[in-house]
Amino acid sequence: MAGSGVVTVYGNGAITEAAAKQSPFSVKVGLAQMLRGGVIMDVVNAEQARIAEEAGACAVMALERVPADIRAQGGVARMSDPQLIKEIKQAVTIPVMAKARIGHFVEAQILEAIGVDYVDESEVLTPADDVNHINKHNFRIPFVCGCRNLGEALRRIREGSAMIRTKGEAGTGNVIEAVRHVRSVMGDIRVLRNMDDDEVFTFAKKIAAPYDLVMQTKQLGRLPVVHFAAGGVATPADAALMMQLGCDGVFVGSGVFKSGDPVRRGRAIVQAVTHYSDPEVLAEVSCGLGEAMVGINLNDDKVERYANRSE
Amino acid sequence: MAVGVLALQGSFNEHIAALRRLGVKGVEIRKPEQLQSVTSLIIPGGESTTMAKLAEYHNLFPALREFVTMGKPVWGTCAGLIFLANKATGQKTGGQELIGGLDCTVHRNFFGSQIQSFEAEISVPEIAATEGGLPTFRAIFIRAPAILEVGPEVEVLADISLASDKKVNSDLTSESQEDNSGSLKKVIVAVKQGNMLATAFHPELTADTRWHSYFVKMASEAGIGASNSASTSGEHLEQQKKDLPVFQQ
Repeated sequence: MAGSGVVTVYGNGAITEAAAKQSPFSVKVGLAQMLRGGVIMDVVNAEQARIAEEAGACAVMALERVPADIRAQGGVARMSDPQLIKEIKQAVTIPVMAKARIGHFVEAQILEAIGVDYVDESEVLTPADDVNHINKHNFRIPFVCGCRNLGEALRRIREGSAMIRTKGEAGTGNVIEAVRHVRSVMGDIRVLRNMDDDEVFTFAKKIAAPYDLVMQTKQLGRLPVVHFAAGGVATPADAALMMQLGCDGVFVGSGVFKSGDPVRRGRAIVQAVTHYSDPEVLAEVSCGLGEAMVGINLNDDKVERYANRSE
Repeated sequence: MAVGVLALQGSFNEHIAALRRLGVKGVEIRKPEQLQSVTSLIIPGGESTTMAKLAEYHNLFPALREFVTMGKPVWGTCAGLIFLANKATGQKTGGQELIGGLDCTVHRNFFGSQIQSFEAEISVPEIAATEGGLPTFRAIFIRAPAILEVGPEVEVLADISLASDKKVNSDLTSESQEDNSGSLKKVIVAVKQGNMLATAFHPELTADTRWHSYFVKMASEAGIGASNSASTSGEHLEQQKKDLPVFQQ
C-alpha cells in the first residue's frame, strides 16, 4: 500500500511548481483535515461571525448576502467587499473563508492578498467563466469546490482544489440535492471499488475524470481530499444525515442566521455533527430550536438550479 | 488496552489511522464516561475554540483535568497543545477554557493565517534516539501555535528557527513581541513534561509514525498503558471509516 496514498501533482503545463513549493498540497489539504467533524457557517458581518464562533463553528464563510437573499433578490452575485472580509477576520480567531466566482481568478487573487484562509469557488455566485474553472495550482491558498458526482469532484481536485463539498441547492433549506450528490459520489466509489483494474480506464473516460485520480480513489475507497456537505442544511437532523451518509463535515449557509434563534440552532448543529451517530444526543439538541428557515420546494420550475451553472 | 482519541472535532480519524498502522487500537472519546475505558489519550488537531465549546457543552473538562492530574499519558497536537497549556495567548474574544497541566505559555495561531502555514524539516534528536530513523522529521504546521515560554520541568523536544524574512503574525501584541525580542529566532514546537507530550505540528498527517510510537511507548511505560501487541486479532483493526491519503516524502 506504500506510495499509493500520495496525491500526485505533476510539475508541468498549467501546474506551476513555484506555488507548489511555497505551499505544498499537504499543507492545503491539512487545513481541511483540521476542519473535519466541524461546521462552517455563512456570516454577513462581524457580529454574526462572533455568534458562529461562540456556537462552535470551526470556520466561517464571509459573505455580503447569504444564499437565501441572493436567491430572493436575484441579479449578479459577486465576491464580497474585501473590507467586510477583513472586519470579519479581525473579529474571530477561527479560519475565515470567502467565495469567488467560478473562473474569476482575479477575485481569488484579491482574496489571497487579504489573507483569507480558504477560497470557495462557488456556483452560488454568478459564474464569471462558463467553461473554465480557476487553475487553483497557481495559488498558495487552498480552495474548496462543489461537485454533483464523482467525475466533477475529481476534475476539481485535478484543477488544484484541496477540499470538495456537495453542490446542494444553497438558500433553499431543502437538503434533497445535497443528499443526491453525496449518494452519487459514494455510489460511484462503491462501483469503482468492485471494478476490475482493467475497466478503470473506460470508467475514467465515462465520468470524464483523470485516470490517476480515479485509480487513487479506487485504492482509497473515498475521495482523496476532505469531503463536506453543503446546500440546504437547515436542522441538526439534516447535518447528522449528511455525516451518516459519509461526509467529513458540514457547511451551513442560510440555515443558521435565517432561522428564529441563530445562537441555539448554530450550537445544536455543531453538536449534531460531533454526535452524528448518537440519536439520543440528536434528540436532545433538536428540542426547542424555534423556527427553521423557510424551505423552497425544488419541484417548482421557477427555482433556479445553481448546481447546473458549471460542469 | 487502547489509546483514546478525543473525537469532538478535527483530525481524530488521522490519529486513529496512524495508531492502526502501528497495530494499536484507537478509541473515539466523545463523552466523559468514555474516558474511563482508556488509560492514555490523544487530543488531536482541529479548531481549539470549537473543541473547547464542544467539551464545555458535554461537561468534559472536569473529567479531562482529572485524567491529566492522575498522570495518565496525554498527547496534544496543535489544538491539543493549546488545551494542555497552562496559559494561552491570542485567544478569541472572551477566551476559551483550557485543561492545563503543561507548564508553558502558548501563542495561538502564532505563525498567522493559512497562507503562512508551511511544512519544514525539524530536528528531533530525542525521537531519533528512541525510535531510530532520520535525525529530522517532516513537520506540517497548519495555522499552528507556538510555545513562547516553558517552566523548569518541561523538556524541549524540538524547536524551529524562524528565518528573519518569515512573516510572523502581525496580530502579535506588542507585549508578547517584547517578551521575545531576544529569543524570537527559535520557537519551541514540541515538549514533554512527565507523561504529557505536546507538539505544535501534526505528526498524524504524515506517514512517519515515530511520534505515535514514541507516545505509545510512553503509555506502556506508565505501567497502565496501551499494550503494543499487534498480535490481537485483526478484527478491531479493520478499516471502518476510509482514511484520507497520508503524505509521504
